Amino acid sequence: MREVLEGSQAVAEAVRLARVKVISAYPITPQTHIVEELAKYCADGSLDGRFICVESEHSAMASVIGAESGGVRSFTASSSHGLALMHEMLHWAAGARLPIVMAEVNRALGPGWNLWVDQTDSLSQRDTGWLQFYCSDGQEALDTTLLAYRLAEILNLPIMVVMDAFFLSHTYEPVDVPSQADVDAFLPPYEPKFLMDTKNPYALDEVAPINVYMEMRRSIQMAMEAAPGIYQAIEDEFYTRFGRRYGLVEPYRCEDADIVFVTAGTAAATARVAVDTLRAKGERVGLLRLRMFRPFPAEAFRLGLAHAKKVIVLDRNCSFGAGGVFAQELKAALYGPEAPKLYSYVAGMGGRDVTVDTFSELFTMTRDQDEPPLGSVWYGVNEEMLRS
Amino acid sequence: MKNELYSGAEYLNPGHVGCPGCGATIAMKLALRALGEHTMLVIPASCWAIIGGNYPQSSLKVPILHTAFATTAAAASGLRAALDLRGDRETTIVGWAGDGGTFDIGFQALSAAAERGEDFIYVCYDNEAYMNTGVQRSSSTPWGARTMTTPGDKWKRTYKKNIVEIMAAHRIPYAATASIAYPEDLERKLRKAASIRSGLRFIHLYSSCPTGWGFAPEHSVRVARLAVQTRAFPLYEVEDGTTYAINQAGDKPVREYLRTQSRFRHLSDEDIAQIQKYVDQEWKRLVRKAEEA
Ligand SMILES: Cc1ncc(C[n+]2csc(CCOP(=O)(O)OP(=O)(O)O)c2C)c(N)n1
Ligand code: SF4
Ligand SMILES: [Mg+2]
Repeated sequence: MREVLEGSQAVAEAVRLARVKVISAYPITPQTHIVEELAKYCADGSLDGRFICVESEHSAMASVIGAESGGVRSFTASSSHGLALMHEMLHWAAGARLPIVMAEVNRALGPGWNLWVDQTDSLSQRDTGWLQFYCSDGQEALDTTLLAYRLAEILNLPIMVVMDAFFLSHTYEPVDVPSQADVDAFLPPYEPKFLMDTKNPYALDEVAPINVYMEMRRSIQMAMEAAPGIYQAIEDEFYTRFGRRYGLVEPYRCEDADIVFVTAGTAAATARVAVDTLRAKGERVGLLRLRMFRPFPAEAFRLGLAHAKKVIVLDRNCSFGAGGVFAQELKAALYGPEAPKLYSYVAGMGGRDVTVDTFSELFTMTRDQDEPPLGSVWYGVNEEMLRS
Repeated sequence: MKNELYSGAEYLNPGHVGCPGCGATIAMKLALRALGEHTMLVIPASCWAIIGGNYPQSSLKVPILHTAFATTAAAASGLRAALDLRGDRETTIVGWAGDGGTFDIGFQALSAAAERGEDFIYVCYDNEAYMNTGVQRSSSTPWGARTMTTPGDKWKRTYKKNIVEIMAAHRIPYAATASIAYPEDLERKLRKAASIRSGLRFIHLYSSCPTGWGFAPEHSVRVARLAVQTRAFPLYEVEDGTTYAINQAGDKPVREYLRTQSRFRHLSDEDIAQIQKYVDQEWKRLVRKAEEA
């Protein structure tokens, strides 16, 4: 059924449809609407589960870990400082091989306090063993949450469904909400591969000595390596049922493009308009939207950019001392003599606007420059302010 | 007659972004009048992180160290150590956190600082929920209140933590409640806290919130006064964690207080009777402790 939903509501709707049993969360702007909506569902009985109002995000993740270890499907959501405070338990969830799904709303980290979009929060969790998917509209947030449970429970790895602060979390759009019966057919009841059980007593998450630790880590990496293939198979099934698919990366007018934009989140929706505008002026430009970030879909990027001469990466994030994270990862994935030239731009951090004009300008700068500079170029920064 | 209270310097600048009638803002205004210019504040994520102002401005005339949500007491400990090592014993450090930042996420750091005997004042300005994020329950939210995470028929059915007793159990030199409706009492308590220069001093400061509780902004002080008069929020102080003294009597029925706010609107007569019973029990316990002293 088509409904007009806020991005946050779309996620909450997916959590209800996934028949999640335990939700444990701590409020933080701009994630609050997701958890408030779920608190409402739990209160009015439309979601048959328990909502735990914990006292911190560290405890939110810890209690979700407890719930999944107890054998039930669980959910949490966070953002920015909340995600940062969870960091230890993010490692724990992955190491414990629990198929937790969380929504993460990209927001800037302080100081200074800033509520607006910035991807550095989720990207600085890239080494925790969580899969990450970046969404660019409400429908995708709903669908990805459902896909995530299915995938997580096959891989036994946790998944973060990532969405932009406000531009997605607080924006109302028409969303096709699937029926409970269809979702039930796609997402079977959770069957934990292991759980706390007095009839079959073993210890979870105990000491791992030298002779086993590395194999445990290797098996996480192996699950990550298997993820793109498994995901695509699941998405094929999703497509036959629901008629929508997204891919690991999503190409737009890339076929004959000499220059290709790469970006993620709602900025990609803006880039799409920029591509049309530039195409209308005769420029051969396309967009390859990054959707899956962990595992990094290197193969999909290699294929998608096989004919591109130049790539423009727009990062709404920065790994200080290195530069834009998507650009770094993509450079590493494309490394070799055949690689297109990669132009890295950091823009739109802390909620600064990224507009169609931004992309058009980056396009012109890149087109007119033979060799890319070594590091990331910061776009839209007030140089005057930096000098004072 | 010249009123001592209103003659001194002001440390709150005009133009701050607190809601009209914000009790937490009144609380700061009164507290700084008592503490004066040799004060440094440590403020975590909260409404006050916003009221404090946007870079490069500040709504206060004393220095503020903004800090992460869970860290008020830890950051204040570090700042105190630095001032001590630089030979500054004149400055009073005040950790200024909301109820969420105190009762919940910041509690570990607070308890640890109290046990270490850190030399600072910790003020919990209590508006009984996470207001900055849009009114979600905290463990300071009272029984009966509706919030965004205790909505509809699932209004909160657990009692507010007794934070002063918890802090008194750390046997800190001074713990007290205070209210924006009793400025003389509030300022006396802050001055007293500032005069004790060893160990953590804790002030639990009732700060009514028109936005989160659902009443008209002009009633902030009236609501706060009713909380004391109905014993929903008694004014008392505890020295060395053991010596209790009650500072204000009150005997109005709690209904009068509850009826001022929409967060309690759904409560039935039986619910209100239950709250009244709880308030009476707590008051009796408090009186017993004060008599023991
Ligand atoms: C680690 C972390 N989690 C969550 C938040 C979001 N957050 C900011 S202020 C706040 C509520 C503060 O409540 P309280 O301490 O009672 O102060 P109030 O806003 O009510 O004045 C929350 C949840 C944050 N900044 N950091
Ligand atoms: S929400 Fe409440 S505490 Fe926060 S600024 Fe407004 S009145 Fe003050
Ligand atoms: Mg509060």
